Amino acid sequence: MSVEDGKLTVEVWRGAGGLGRFETFEVPRQESQTVLDVVSWIQQYADPTLTYRYACRVGMCGSCAMMVNGVPRWTCRTHVGKVATGDSLTVEPLRNLPVIKDLAADMDPFFDKWVQAEAVHHPSETRHDPMRAVDADSSARQQANAGIECINCAVCYAACDTVSGNPDYLGPAALQRAWTLYNDEREADPEAILDAVSGVGGCHNCHSMGSCAQYCPNELNPLAAIAGLKRETAKRVFRRRKNA
Amino acid sequence: MKAPPRAHPLWLAFVLHRVSGLALALFLPVHFWILAKAVTAPGELNSFLQLTEQPLVKLAEFGLVFLLAVHLFGGLRLLALEWLPWSDAQKTLAAGAVGVAVLVSGTFFLNAI
Repeated sequence: MSVEDGKLTVEVWRGAGGLGRFETFEVPRQESQTVLDVVSWIQQYADPTLTYRYACRVGMCGSCAMMVNGVPRWTCRTHVGKVATGDSLTVEPLRNLPVIKDLAADMDPFFDKWVQAEAVHHPSETRHDPMRAVDADSSARQQANAGIECINCAVCYAACDTVSGNPDYLGPAALQRAWTLYNDEREADPEAILDAVSGVGGCHNCHSMGSCAQYCPNELNPLAAIAGLKRETAKRVFRRRKNA
Repeated sequence: MKAPPRAHPLWLAFVLHRVSGLALALFLPVHFWILAKAVTAPGELNSFLQLTEQPLVKLAEFGLVFLLAVHLFGGLRLLALEWLPWSDAQKTLAAGAVGVAVLVSGTFFLNAI
C-alpha cells in the first residue's frame, strides 16, 4: 500500500477555555504531508469550525506550534511520516498556555513575559545618528548571534517543566531574548535587563532541565543563554559589594 | 496535559541530582544521631556497628557512596554548566577528558584495593 492510499486517524483537541475533549478524524495520507497539512485538511474538508493558527507555512513566523503526540513542535515543518505512531496522530494546543479554542493557544502570557524580562530594545541612538559598526567577531556579538534565530513559537515554553511549576517564571524564550539584547552593543540599558531577569520569576528559577534546548525547532540553546544571565546577575552582586 | 518525553540527558541529570540530594538529606540526620552516640551511649553505638557487618548494610553503604559520587559530580556539572562560558564542543572535550581520566585512574585504584 502506498502512502497515497492510506488513512490517518487523528485525535484533535476540541474545546474552549479549560473544557474540552478529543475528537477523532480520518484524514487521507499524502506524500510529504506535514502535521499542519493534516489540521488544514480537517478544517477544509471535515469540520470548518476547527480553530487553529498558522501564517507562513515555512518555519519563519512561529505561529503554528502545537503538541503533536505529546511533543511541542512547529507543525508546518513536522512531517507526519516522522512523528505518527502507526497510522495515528494526536494534536493538542501548546502546553503551559491558556486555550482560546481548539488548537489555538492564548499567547498573551508568553509575550507579556518578553516585556517583563525587558526583552525589548532600548535604543542608544536615534535614526539621525550614523549607523554604528558592529564587530561581528567580538565575543559578545557571538553570544547575541546564538539566539537571534528565535521565531517566538513558544515550543520551549511548552516544553519547560519549570514554567508548568511556576506561573511567574519568565520562561526560556523571553530570557534568551533578554540575553541577546544584553550582549548587543547597541543596547542602551543592559542594567535594566539584569534587574528584570533577577527578580522572582527570573533566570535563577531555571533548574537546567534542558527541555527548551531539546525541543527548540531551530536548535537554539536557551539553557546556555539563561546560564549567561545567571553568571552576569551573580557577577553584578560581587561588583556592587566591591563598589559599596 | 501530558508533559513531553523527558528521557534526554539533561533532564535525567537533573532528576539524578535532585533525588540523590534528597536521599543524602534524609541520611545525614541519622548519620549524626548515630555518631552522637559515641559520646552519649557508647554501648548502643557498638551494637549498631556490629549491624554494619550485615551484607544488606554493606550493600546500603555501596548505595551511599554511589549517591555521594553522583551528587558531587552533579554539582560540578551544574557549576560548569552555569559558570563556564565554554562552547558545547569545549564542554564535550572537557567531559571526555574527565571520563578517560576516571577510567584510567579508577583501573589503578581498583588494583590497589
